Amino acid sequence: MIYKVISKTEFRKFINAIVKHNNAYGPRKVDTGSGGKPIYQFKPVKSADEIDFDYTVTYSSAKHFFLPFRDELSRFNFEDGNWEQEVRYEAPPTILIGLRPCDISAINMLDEVMLHSPYPSPYYLARRKNTFIIGMDHLPLPDCFCKSMNRHTVNHGFNLFCSDIGDKYYLSINSSKAYSFLKEFMIEEPSYEDNCQLIERRKTIKHSFETNIEVTGLPVFLDIEFDSPIWQKWGDKCLSCGSCAMVCPTCYCYSVEERFDVDLKGSSRQNHLYSCNLVDFAQVAGGHNFRPRNGDRLKYRYYHHYRGFAANDNQQICVGCNRCGRACLADINPKDVINDLRLERESCMICVSPSPDRT
Amino acid sequence: MNHLGFKIGKMKIGSFDFTCCEGCQLQLANKESTLPAFLGLLDIRNFREISSERHDDYDIALVEGSITRSDEIERLKAIRAQASVLVAFGSCACFGGVNSLKNKIPAEEAIKGVYGDKKIETMPSTKISDIVSVDFMVPGCPVSKEEVERIVVGVVTRSLNNLPKYPVCVDCKQRLNTCLFDLGEVCLGPVTRAGCDAVCPSGKTPCLGCRGPADDINFPSFLQLVKEKGLSQDEMREKLTFYNGFADYLDHES
Repeated sequence: MIYKVISKTEFRKFINAIVKHNNAYGPRKVDTGSGGKPIYQFKPVKSADEIDFDYTVTYSSAKHFFLPFRDELSRFNFEDGNWEQEVRYEAPPTILIGLRPCDISAINMLDEVMLHSPYPSPYYLARRKNTFIIGMDHLPLPDCFCKSMNRHTVNHGFNLFCSDIGDKYYLSINSSKAYSFLKEFMIEEPSYEDNCQLIERRKTIKHSFETNIEVTGLPVFLDIEFDSPIWQKWGDKCLSCGSCAMVCPTCYCYSVEERFDVDLKGSSRQNHLYSCNLVDFAQVAGGHNFRPRNGDRLKYRYYHHYRGFAANDNQQICVGCNRCGRACLADINPKDVINDLRLERESCMICVSPSPDRT
Repeated sequence: MNHLGFKIGKMKIGSFDFTCCEGCQLQLANKESTLPAFLGLLDIRNFREISSERHDDYDIALVEGSITRSDEIERLKAIRAQASVLVAFGSCACFGGVNSLKNKIPAEEAIKGVYGDKKIETMPSTKISDIVSVDFMVPGCPVSKEEVERIVVGVVTRSLNNLPKYPVCVDCKQRLNTCLFDLGEVCLGPVTRAGCDAVCPSGKTPCLGCRGPADDINFPSFLQLVKEKGLSQDEMREKLTFYNGFADYLDHES
């Protein structure tokens, strides 16, 4: 890692230069919510002026740049009673600007699943290798809980990371590609004051979190609470609409479909991002559904995020961005569900009499 | 034609309209890029939007429109007797559709409003499955041509044919739309069957539920959501009754 500082004016010049002729995406305001809050998404950008560098958080994550919602895995061409399969792993060079530490951590986790598993995905690898990531820090929103998940900082998985220290960005340069671009611009060695300001900035971020979730020992809690009535309680609220999984930076479950061309001369095999909350996620051939109840489906989503990965890979797959909580129309969010679960368990451990009925 | 070892024949198809705007049938003649290939899969026996020839030896009947007159009942029954597969085509055939709005007011009032003093025979608008058995439903106002292509190709190649079971929210989130509830609107996306690529919410128009309810929707939670957001109950009811797709849920509720 190389550390440099750059003035914000010079940084805009740098951004302008790299986005001009590249496939680039950055945070842009797309709407104003009814409460007056701006709503941001990662959108195509052609100049620094189009980017909202001081944005809060994007509604949807950056996941779909690596795992598109619908992705063609292969094409089949039929001719003379025979067939040929065509597979392409090509990904155009892409620049992603303004990703938060939680977003980058999420991509690092997807790396574990997609690249370091027994069957690495060449589709994912092509996109990952050909994507240039510029991260930026930010002050947490009241409902961000990435610090609880220890994802409020990130030290790998990006090309360049910018910490806002007033008139300048403190740059952590993590690739030779980023350095060779940047050295064409006015970058300086960080001064003593710059270093102090970076430390101050980090402290401010660290102390600005308002939402905390106790996740230590959570896998064990989840094991114990497998039959808890809490799952049905939250399941009764769940609309099974899949919004949580769509906006989530780490939900990667998918289904595969085969689609014939209308002229029947070819077909396409497609990967479609799905959600374990959707009604037919666990439906199998013959029609049996292993998880017909909302509560069971919701439970397994939490198990995947907070238990399965912790048990198997020593990390929870949630980064604490709370995008699912913001997108959920039924007001279901990890903080409330996990606290509810802990409250039930902890109250029964300290009570001599049985737990009071929950109403 | 031979395809992957299967003998592929053309679908002998008839398309019929009842009380409707014929917009769904017109969709079949849309999407020019694949139209020749699409028509290549069909042997059109009876379809006035596309051909003036009329034959009664069709296997598959697409039925558009709701039923609002007694003579329509007889005609529909005759189509059912001929067709080995009968498809309810579009929201009117599937649910009663927009035509069902007249069911909310006295028949005399509806007739007078539209036809003045002319004598007209009319009954409450009903979905076709109230009259005959339906083998497959293709909802939508209008139907999505892409979905129809998929279904027709599925029938011809004998592969799996399914409508999405999940709600519009999935498609909508995948298009990175702003949730219309965040903009203070009542949208039926969370309870309506997906497959339309969220075309209305993508144009900032709330979903009116033309594709009817998704599988196993959480209707009580949806009612609660509209209530908690402080949005208009009247507006919600108006939307839920617009295509008559949610009649079963509303009947159950009252």
